[in-house]
Amino acid sequence: MHIVVCIKQVPDSAHIRVHPVTNTIMRQGVPAIINPYDLFAIEAALRLKDRLGGHVTVMSMGPTQAEPALRKAISLGCDDAILVTDRVFAGADTLATSYVLASAIRTLGQERPVDLVFTGKQTIDGDTAQVGPGIARRLDMQLLTYVSRIVEVDPAKRSIVVERRAEGGVQVLQTALPALVTMLEGSNEVRFASTPDMFRAVRATVRHWDRNDAGIEDIKQVGLKGSPTIVSRVFGPTPRAEKARQVPFDPADPDSTAASLLEQLLADVPKVRKELEQRRSPS
Amino acid sequence: MSEKFDVIVVGAGPAGNAAAYTLARAGLSVLQIERGEYPGSKNVQGAILYADALERLIPDFRESAPLERHIVEQRMWVLDEESYIGGHYRSAEFARPPHNRYTIVRARFDKWFSDQVQKAGALLLCETTVKALLRDAQGKVIGVEVERDEGRIYADAVVLADGANSLVATRAGLREDIRAEHAALAVKEVIFLPREAIDARFNLTGQEGAVIEMVGGITHRMLGTGFLYTNKDSISIGIGCMLSDLKRQRLSPVELLEGMKAHPAIAPLIAGGEPREYAAHLIPEGGYDALPQLYGDGWMLVGDSAGFVNAMHREGSNLAMTTGQLAAETLIELFRDKQPATAANLARYRSRLDASFVMKDLKKYRRLPGTLERHRQFLADYPALLNQAAHTMIRVDGVDKRRKEKEILDAFRERRSLLGLLGDAFRLWRATR
Repeated sequence: MHIVVCIKQVPDSAHIRVHPVTNTIMRQGVPAIINPYDLFAIEAALRLKDRLGGHVTVMSMGPTQAEPALRKAISLGCDDAILVTDRVFAGADTLATSYVLASAIRTLGQERPVDLVFTGKQTIDGDTAQVGPGIARRLDMQLLTYVSRIVEVDPAKRSIVVERRAEGGVQVLQTALPALVTMLEGSNEVRFASTPDMFRAVRATVRHWDRNDAGIEDIKQVGLKGSPTIVSRVFGPTPRAEKARQVPFDPADPDSTAASLLEQLLADVPKVRKELEQRRSPS
Repeated sequence: MSEKFDVIVVGAGPAGNAAAYTLARAGLSVLQIERGEYPGSKNVQGAILYADALERLIPDFRESAPLERHIVEQRMWVLDEESYIGGHYRSAEFARPPHNRYTIVRARFDKWFSDQVQKAGALLLCETTVKALLRDAQGKVIGVEVERDEGRIYADAVVLADGANSLVATRAGLREDIRAEHAALAVKEVIFLPREAIDARFNLTGQEGAVIEMVGGITHRMLGTGFLYTNKDSISIGIGCMLSDLKRQRLSPVELLEGMKAHPAIAPLIAGGEPREYAAHLIPEGGYDALPQLYGDGWMLVGDSAGFVNAMHREGSNLAMTTGQLAAETLIELFRDKQPATAANLARYRSRLDASFVMKDLKKYRRLPGTLERHRQFLADYPALLNQAAHTMIRVDGVDKRRKEKEILDAFRERRSLLGLLGDAFRLWRATR
């Protein structure tokens, strides 16, 4: 079993600020973290490895500063890390990024065939959720998005069963390997690295792949040139006017607190209130 | 299989980095353990870098270290409610390289410093907290245990550079918990302003910077100081007071900082700026008499964790780097001579400290904290009197100068009496001689 996890290093949204004039993200001085959704992808891959054995390679496209993110993935238990990095990749949109990562995964597959690719459902800086599907399409892999649970992977039958969160419920899906899975938040609990794993991570060699190593065939499809996306305007959302309300609470009399809370809530929805009153007095 | 190193350094601040750097450069195997996400993520300082201590470690640091501005002007302000009296020292000599002092941003600087340590060959584990020291049957420290699975890591010596409240040393019983009367609590804000605004407000060009150190009314009769430092495109402003004073007066540092920012002499300097960072830090200001035992079988304390701070001169990080370096040099000598890191052998660390400016300066001011604490007039009465005196002399209002002089003298006598004034002069001389 060879699993590839694609991760991205993103600015920590807890520290992020938006430029008041240009509305772009100000990255300067903001600490970088692994995209939180990708942590669930890493954990899902590691749990499969724990169960079935195999090899987990973590991969990222980005500048050399992204190396700590890959090292952290190794500390959690990934076996190998590849940073796909080249000046020509700069300025990539999701189309160009998925082209580069798909090429790199295809090249990696020549070392060791890839059975599964995991990613987070989306990144917190772009929020597009497009790179995972883009990779799957280019590699002609089965695509499973918004997965909340891996139910079963059968290496012999080459099949995978997952639970997928969909509007109105949960879908249980089965498909054939190789497949690409994008993981939902909360789908698992990310492990805490042991001391030996920490040592392994700081001593590990993170492989740096340039365009040649990654097997890029068409240089026109990478970086800014390979990115048809045009950002025509960036704007901040209008803050909502809703405000929190305070309900006085008397610990000695929870009933009256509940009653006054209900009263306040029903005041907003006269229709429901009327209905309730009618039901209460059936006569 | 457990890991074993020559030396484990706990902490990646200035003291830990200086120690690890020196040890690694000498070819020893060094493990450095940092609790923060990256070196600098948890470290707080004013912050001023005194070039000298770093230069002794990394002579060409200026070529790659992230420095904000070199300081060409030092201001000393004694504040009253609405005024200040003070002195400014500015010199063209300070503008000529090599510069002597710089403002820095610790998150950036510590990262750079740590990169140098790792390039020198030390191994760094981040996001890892040391929970205990490991000891052999004789009680000699032989390693640490970290808060992760299989967390025992061994070493011939452990250098503790884990900061002001040194949890590791305290928990291991190597020193007492820091006392409120030996610790200052300082808070600071980083306020962003356009570069040009800072240059204009402080009369600066290029990479030049200015600093203001402040005492007086802003601390509400508590033992403490305020500061304002210019960075490239921000201002670090902060205030610190002894923890025991804050406790007694039930004042929060935030209130002090807000009061200071509103002072009519300070408000215009930061007007229009955007506060983006807020930090608080404990500073061990007990001085010489509060120093704990500094070494023992297999262990040494360096930097803040030992209390190496010269509160009078606002020096700390340079003492941290110097003591880190001296501890490392002691160990290097022992390893070279194949001697164990026993308490008897580590006593050479103490001799090195005594011979350095660190102990000499701490000894010189050993009486100062106590004197100022017992004699609050230095913190409130004199600042007010000095400001009044200046006001009286400078204001032109038809009163003749001899009478003004008498008014000033009377004011001093009324507040402190003639004997009190003489006593105060003697006390101050004795505390700083």
